[in-house]
Amino acid sequence: MTAIWSGLRSGIAAATALTMTTVLPAFAETTITAVMHSGLRVLDPVITTAHITRDNAFMIFDTLVAQDADFVVQPQMANFEVSEDGLTYTFTLRDGLKWHDGGEVTPADCIASIKRWMQRDGGGQMINARMESLEATGDKSFALTLKEPFPYTLEAMAKPSGLALFMMPERLANTPANEPIPEMIGSGPFKFVQDEFQPGVKVVYEKNEDYVPAPGPQSWFAGAKDVKVDRVEWVTMPDAQTSLNALMNGEIDFLEQVPVDLLPLLEGMPGIESKVLAPLGGVSIGRMNFLYPPFDNPKIRKAAEMALSQEDVLTALIGNPDYFKVCGAIFGCGTPFEFTDGSESITSGGDIEGAKALLEEAGYDGTPVVLMQPTDVVTLTAQPIVAAQALREAGFTVDMQPMDWQTLVTRRASQAAPSDGGWNLFFTNWIVPEVSNPLGNIMLPGRGDAAWFGWPTDEEINGMLDDFANASELGDQKAIAQKIQAHVMENVNYIHLGQYFNPSAWSDKLSGVEEAPFPVFWGLEKNG
Amino acid sequence: MPVYFLRRVLAAIPVMLVVAVFVFLLLRLTPGDPAAVLAGDMATPEQLEKIRDSLGLNDPLYVQFFRWMGELLTGDFGTSLISNQPVIDLVADRMWPTIWIALITITLSVIVAVPMGVVAAWKHRSWIDHLVMTFSVLGFSIPVFVIGYLLIKLFALDLGLLPVQGYVAPSEDFPGFAARAVLPALTLASIYIALIARMTRASLLDVLGEDYVRTARAKGLTETRVLFRHALRNAAVPVMTVIGTGFALLISGVVVTESVYNIPGLGRLTVDSIFARDYPVIQALILLTSGIYVLVNLLIDLSYSFLDPRIRY
Repeated sequence: MTAIWSGLRSGIAAATALTMTTVLPAFAETTITAVMHSGLRVLDPVITTAHITRDNAFMIFDTLVAQDADFVVQPQMANFEVSEDGLTYTFTLRDGLKWHDGGEVTPADCIASIKRWMQRDGGGQMINARMESLEATGDKSFALTLKEPFPYTLEAMAKPSGLALFMMPERLANTPANEPIPEMIGSGPFKFVQDEFQPGVKVVYEKNEDYVPAPGPQSWFAGAKDVKVDRVEWVTMPDAQTSLNALMNGEIDFLEQVPVDLLPLLEGMPGIESKVLAPLGGVSIGRMNFLYPPFDNPKIRKAAEMALSQEDVLTALIGNPDYFKVCGAIFGCGTPFEFTDGSESITSGGDIEGAKALLEEAGYDGTPVVLMQPTDVVTLTAQPIVAAQALREAGFTVDMQPMDWQTLVTRRASQAAPSDGGWNLFFTNWIVPEVSNPLGNIMLPGRGDAAWFGWPTDEEINGMLDDFANASELGDQKAIAQKIQAHVMENVNYIHLGQYFNPSAWSDKLSGVEEAPFPVFWGLEKNG
Repeated sequence: MPVYFLRRVLAAIPVMLVVAVFVFLLLRLTPGDPAAVLAGDMATPEQLEKIRDSLGLNDPLYVQFFRWMGELLTGDFGTSLISNQPVIDLVADRMWPTIWIALITITLSVIVAVPMGVVAAWKHRSWIDHLVMTFSVLGFSIPVFVIGYLLIKLFALDLGLLPVQGYVAPSEDFPGFAARAVLPALTLASIYIALIARMTRASLLDVLGEDYVRTARAKGLTETRVLFRHALRNAAVPVMTVIGTGFALLISGVVVTESVYNIPGLGRLTVDSIFARDYPVIQALILLTSGIYVLVNLLIDLSYSFLDPRIRY
């Protein structure tokens, strides 16, 4: 029997080897095969905030400026100078920057890219509202002039998530912001291989041989993006067990997310390493509808928040406490604006009795809470179940309605009454860099119909956000961030449910795997 | 026969038209918004509205329908709302993995299941019959993903004989294609072998009790000749029906098996498109599936007249 297996194995190996010798080029290409968190379908990083589109854009495009691991803005494609009055930002492009089609990167390309981004990004719109001019000042330089100082300008341009600001050739950047760009030509460290792209299945990148890395050590998205492999292939695998099997069988090199419950399969597995690469992780949040009872009443919102326990939610969501953190800071633990004011109840197991008392004081009349529960997104199925139980214990009437995520995202845009197809409460997740800055945190503005889903009207927080936008010193910013933290906890602009961390796993043939909010493929080497 | 064929093909046109109208309306009445998928979680209501406008989703339904029908009549299946790729390219890329796996599965199933069913009927109520029936019940009862994972564990992870997952076109790398096709085909075949073997056995048992079989035996024909020349051919009509519909089912998507083995086939494309509310892709896939069902049914009907001389069109 053993001989039969051995013979079969040799036969297949021989056949495969024979084929490989006929198809492999004369030199050995180094290819990293990775399974990312989802399949790439939308390519334009200005149209969507989808994380996989952002990850793809970081491979192909480069950024003017970039945030490093210390949250400091660093030059990337361009050096920058800020005038003493804080009104003029002058950018000077590095020498040798080229698009993947061979053209030189010019100020006109960058200006068009910034203008397109300003139409879609919240930070970009804030800059645009204060902009006096944006024009070339030389062959390699251009200047952004503001009507009033806006200290957040460089941070908005350097933020890695949400809608990051990528530079594109002018002809692409002139595409209307609501229409996708027709081709993927950037100046980044990798070139997009259009012929091999299969939406939702596979995306292939080749090393950009003309790329000139920025000076300085690699740090998150700043510094040298030194590519040390010939190709990178992202293969989509919808089944987590399959991707794990593929890693164990040596068919892939890198797996961005390993479900925590499957992690024990990798423990002690020779040739496989695993670790949390995004140290800030993600946050889970609950958002209420401010337009309708019962959550139009701040006391009832507070009662709901008091009923919840981060630990209960995170235990149901993640399970293993090594991979979650009870954290009361709405801007995330481990960030410059980490404050925990007002979070005592939710971080210490909830306060059902307190919630009951507050509900009674608020005169809650039993109006059902329409809670939307997505059933097809594994990272969002636990929160509504745990929350519904806690809310019921506190005395809420909960109408939990299961639906697929697409139905939820459509329904959450509806301002109809909850009994008429609207809603009261839903949950979603963000990565910490998306909520870590008050001006980048889309859930904070209280601009009524123009606010994010839930539509709070909250002049007090709008004033604090304006103060933050005008504060140039970190100390002042921190003081305002702390006030925002306390206000959000008191007013319950949203419910902060703590932090969680996704482990990644990779073959030990890879070296240079670095921590970052999401995977970067520059600096990686593959041996053997 | 040619008149019958032509009549059936013409009859398919109103069927496809009804399917087109039904699918179009059903998708538009189902909650979901491709613009929300496209824009992501951070889009504001105003931005979503602009994207809906640019995709033509705010046009009246009848305008959208006639625009789609107009494109279809010129052979244009439209463009994916999400990936912005031509639908015809997306479907064509995903069709071949599915077709190959379906062909291998059905061929393997017929080769194994028909003899199993014949032997079970021939040796009715013997241990071999019980064995075949036990296998059938098991094959039909165990979920495909369980069989899939067990086969992966044994043949890929433990024995290291075959890859865990993936697909390569046979034209690019035939040994690679074959190595990757074995486990998915075996997994799917476990169901179809069970189904076809059971149907072959039942159908053959019916036929073996017919008068003409008794007559054939009375004429002194050998049991083998009775079985294969007189009984099996007449028992083949319901078996062909099962094989045909099984093939159509395989083509229309086997999403669990495609997910377990990471095969980029039509099943996954269908599910992904539904989750993303990618209307043009879903519409094209359902039309394609309907067309395949119509075609397969026609071929099955035509095959009856070859198998059973009593059936004439």
